[in-house]
Amino acid sequence: MVTCWDDLYLDVMISADMTTRRAPAVIRALWSAPTRRATGNTLAALLAAVAATLLLGLVGVVWWAAGWSLLHWPVGGWSHAALYIATVLAGPVALLWVVQALTALQRSRLHATLGLDLPAGTRAAALKPWPVGPWRAASTWHQLGFHVLTVFTGLIGGGLAIGLWLAPVALIYYLAGGHPVPGAACASAVATAALVLAAPWCARLVTRVDEVTAVALLGPSRSEALELRVETLSRSRADIVKATDAERRRIERDLHDGTQQRLVSLAMNLGMARARLTGAPPDARQAIADAHDEAMLALSELRDFIRGLHPAVLNDRGLAAALSGLAARAPLPVHLQVEVAQPASASIDAVAYFIVSEALTNVAKHAQATYAEVAVVRDSDLLRVTITDDGRGGAVPAGSDGSGLRGLAQRAAAVDGTLTISSPMGGPTVIAVELPCES
Amino acid sequence: MRIVIAEDSVLLRDGLTRMLTDGGFEVAAAVPDGEQLLRAVAEHGPDLAIVDVRMPPTHTDEGIRAALVIRRQYPDVALLVLSQYVEESYATDLLSAATSAVGYLLKDRVAHVADFLDAVRRVAAGGTALDPEVVAQLLVRRHDDPIERLTPREQHVLRLMAEGRSNTGIVEALNVSPSAVEKYVTNIFLKLDLPPTGTDHRRVLAVLKYLGT
Repeated sequence: MVTCWDDLYLDVMISADMTTRRAPAVIRALWSAPTRRATGNTLAALLAAVAATLLLGLVGVVWWAAGWSLLHWPVGGWSHAALYIATVLAGPVALLWVVQALTALQRSRLHATLGLDLPAGTRAAALKPWPVGPWRAASTWHQLGFHVLTVFTGLIGGGLAIGLWLAPVALIYYLAGGHPVPGAACASAVATAALVLAAPWCARLVTRVDEVTAVALLGPSRSEALELRVETLSRSRADIVKATDAERRRIERDLHDGTQQRLVSLAMNLGMARARLTGAPPDARQAIADAHDEAMLALSELRDFIRGLHPAVLNDRGLAAALSGLAARAPLPVHLQVEVAQPASASIDAVAYFIVSEALTNVAKHAQATYAEVAVVRDSDLLRVTITDDGRGGAVPAGSDGSGLRGLAQRAAAVDGTLTISSPMGGPTVIAVELPCES
Repeated sequence: MRIVIAEDSVLLRDGLTRMLTDGGFEVAAAVPDGEQLLRAVAEHGPDLAIVDVRMPPTHTDEGIRAALVIRRQYPDVALLVLSQYVEESYATDLLSAATSAVGYLLKDRVAHVADFLDAVRRVAAGGTALDPEVVAQLLVRRHDDPIERLTPREQHVLRLMAEGRSNTGIVEALNVSPSAVEKYVTNIFLKLDLPPTGTDHRRVLAVLKYLGT
């Protein structure tokens, strides 16, 4: 059935198009696609405006009546007074519901007739405390403004546009009902034709006004649009950080399960050959010994690389265990203090781990320090990481030799964290990092 | 000597089996995960279990957990744990449950065949074999305890003791006289407040104190 209708529609369209090519623009406008769209929208807007007028009017009249009665002291005594007070107080709540319902109605209408999608921006309806929160939001007032405006544009504009379309009906009434004087009948026929020809433009104008006011008042404001964008961006960045993390973990696992095992096996076989082939010619023995040493070296390098990629212990046993391994492997004494009652997310833990790792590498390379201190403390929804050393100081965050430090700042920034460095000449250097963690 | 191996990589499992067999050991079973390890230990009653830390199903620290269960249920089975990484927290777990007949080595060490077989024998005989890296990690962490009172030389001796060496071994490693080593060892016991009971026992205590477990 659907196909049938579609075919029919297509036929009509084609014949309409063929006529179109021959008719002048003013006539063509009568059945062109924009006119159909505008007229449909105008009709829908008219109906929505009727609903808006009724609802807003109802709330307004009841509220005004209650308020007026209250000011002029009600006749019915206290019980009536209580009713009026309750009505006056309930007014904003009822109006809020009406505004929200009308907004939903208008949004779906605009989507259906004009294909206009207006993102809701901040959810004003969800703002606390209810109902003060939603009324404080500018968007609620914008919406109210739009609905009040539709009472005029929708009712008057819509009524006018639809009225113009209906002009021939009035003409038929006139011709059939009265005793038309030929001159007057002719004049009214011409006037009707003019009115009908004006109808498309009127509908388009009304639709244009409707569209513009809807975008301005129902769509997100500039700040709301920015807010939305920031929300989207930070969500996508968090996703990227998470995905990168997961990818590193996957590579670590693959290398551990594959290459590393294979290399251990190779080194072991070479080791066995080295131990067993004592009778082989000296140069052959030397070649095996060299290969064995190379394999051992490769193994050790691969191990360092994999650990740098993602330390498995971070997943298994958490930040404290991973950091204690890090402190232990550092080439200088490191005092480690970890007070994390509630573990942060895996991404935050990884960032904290790599910051400490890089910071300690930097200390060992540049600071000429004899001692370093690492403190990791969970402070409600912040993870504070402090790395202190007793070296010569003078570390520059973005300097030529400070690329490592800049890397640290970037790592922190990727999860909305902050990093501050205090490094006066002569030391001590203190790197303080704050990473937000959702609790 | 009967050995059970738990290692998830087929390549390494076969390699280890071959190496140990060549070295004159009997490999009673070679299994790929912790659960089967426990069954194999129950079934074969081996002298030693060689256990990989990271095994299925979670690929985290199954090996350590299986080793701890074995130590609790079959205290006579010596344990040699192999790990791709030295992690202090794994080592501490293991050493707080086991003070003798226990080893924790980097997996790379299996490639030094003679040293590795030596470590196997030592652990099976009730000794310890800790990877130098484990020892280094455990040592660096403690700056503010009795170990501080030891001289660098004594700390070195203690490190060698922790790796499982006998006095003779320490003599060889440091190239000093046996009487000098004995003096270091006595000083270590003294400084760590260890009462003079059986020497072996005191050695273990000294190592444990050193490891802070």
